[in-house]
Amino acid sequence: MKSIIAQELVKTYDKGAVKALDGLSLEVEEGTVLGLLGPNGAGKTTTVRVLATLLTPDSGSATVAGIDVLKHPDEVRKIIGLSGQYAALDETLTGWDNLTMFGRLYHLNSAASKKRAEELLEKFSLIDAAKRPIRTYSGGMRRRLDLAASLIVKPKVLFLDEPTTGLDPRGRMEMWEVIDELVKGGVTLLLTTQYLEEADHLADSIAVIDTGKVIARGTADELKNQVGGERLEITVEVDQIATASKLVEQVSGTTPTVDSGIRKISAPVSNGSASLIQVLRLLDDAKIHPLDIGLKRPSLDDVFISLTGHVAEVVSDEEVGGKHAAKRR
Amino acid sequence: MLQSVGDFLVITKRQLLQLIRIPEVLIFATIQPAMFVLLFRYVFGGAIDSGVEGGYVQLLMPGIFVQTVAFTLAATAVGLAADMQKGLIDRFRSLPISRSAVVIGRTVGDTLQNVVTLIVMGLVGFLVGWRPSSGPVKIFLGFLFLLAFGYSMSWIGVLIGLSVREERVAQNLVFMTVFPLTFLSNAFAPTTGMPKALQYFAEWNPVSTMVAACRELFGTENIFGATANSWPSQNPILMSLIYMVLLVAIFAPISVRKYVRVSK
Repeated sequence: MKSIIAQELVKTYDKGAVKALDGLSLEVEEGTVLGLLGPNGAGKTTTVRVLATLLTPDSGSATVAGIDVLKHPDEVRKIIGLSGQYAALDETLTGWDNLTMFGRLYHLNSAASKKRAEELLEKFSLIDAAKRPIRTYSGGMRRRLDLAASLIVKPKVLFLDEPTTGLDPRGRMEMWEVIDELVKGGVTLLLTTQYLEEADHLADSIAVIDTGKVIARGTADELKNQVGGERLEITVEVDQIATASKLVEQVSGTTPTVDSGIRKISAPVSNGSASLIQVLRLLDDAKIHPLDIGLKRPSLDDVFISLTGHVAEVVSDEEVGGKHAAKRR
Repeated sequence: MLQSVGDFLVITKRQLLQLIRIPEVLIFATIQPAMFVLLFRYVFGGAIDSGVEGGYVQLLMPGIFVQTVAFTLAATAVGLAADMQKGLIDRFRSLPISRSAVVIGRTVGDTLQNVVTLIVMGLVGFLVGWRPSSGPVKIFLGFLFLLAFGYSMSWIGVLIGLSVREERVAQNLVFMTVFPLTFLSNAFAPTTGMPKALQYFAEWNPVSTMVAACRELFGTENIFGATANSWPSQNPILMSLIYMVLLVAIFAPISVRKYVRVSK
């Protein structure tokens, strides 16, 4: 069953001058993770805002867990969790205050909201910080609490908008562990990210989005194959380049690319490690000892560049301002 | 229905909790008007020949009370703009709560804060010679009137806070508008000294009608106000009530609508 369906979403700003969403469609299978991958201003946040009932699109339709987002937003709000790019918490209150407040707003009674707050603080290793105001928390702690706040009623569908943007590597690893844990619990997750390795790590399937529409989709492997399969790369001494290059050609069947500057020979290969072993044997017979040898799989960066023609930006501030986010530089 | 009352109470409670977690906010919010009482009492009080029994402070207190509650608009606007900026409004909007809960909770919370402020100001006023002479019922009504006026001003603040979305912009905007509004009135000095056009404005200014109403309720003759025989200066209580009803009737629906559609 499809847990999230978005069809032909269009959202424009400034009287149509800026298209934040330009006919975006996507589907997420129940219990799976879709990574929405794209640079700043691509429309990731706008998509999440539409699906989470915060923003009405100009046209198009969407359902979450079978409920029409535009017709029954209140029903949708009961079963979703949303955790944004910037921790949306009351900074002056403590972690405990925040969680119990949100619990009450989800209409848990006083006792139930306290119990749930305690469970979540425990689960996210925030017990020690529970009675401290949020403004004293580290970035990673804020994100974890923000995520905890979105899990109060055990949502069927969870939206995480750039959950690790701005976190240090340790904070990111912690966040990944927490998210991995959640996914094991069976929640349907739509996750936006501009980090290619994050989508690779967390998502079952990936939708690459640029200028308000999905430009490619599939698993990380499928996307990588779309760019081209594996390449064999070897580095040898300068006087061995010519010989080695011929040997590689025998295995690969195509003329290898040679970069004499860094003494690297590379060529596409079809059967991975078998080709690698074959080349190694030939090199050994020819008494050539490569300085470096390996199989390289294309990274998602390669995928992104080949799909969009530009590099994924790593600036994080732009998609904050909604309206301005839509404006592409 | 019951649930939506519960929702706005949670929001109001949050605001009161903020005051407990950071008591400095309430302390400063209270010290400032108390300081104004002292400044006006001793700086202008000596210079202005009030001509009322008990001196300038009798005229001053209603003026400064009204000025203070008029600034509820600022508190609301700045508070909501800050929530907006931090994305907290987005989170509230993603929750299954009634669409008016957040803004009603806010306006009620800001009004409760006024209760504390007014008590402290009244005590400071008493210490420096303010003696309302109208009896407990009218004095109580006077304070109720002040709270109601603050509450209705708060709804303008909701619209401003949700529209500007930035704490600092909200702050500058409201101070630029509310300060002149409170001074172009009979709050601190007679309006007779103003140019004709301003006098006319001051006569109809809700701040003036409120000050006049409070002077009446606290039992002081309003010698700063009734410069002309205009209707608002002769019926200040009724006129103030009309203003309050109008403010809420206009700004509450617009503000709730704004909240429903607002999008960061």
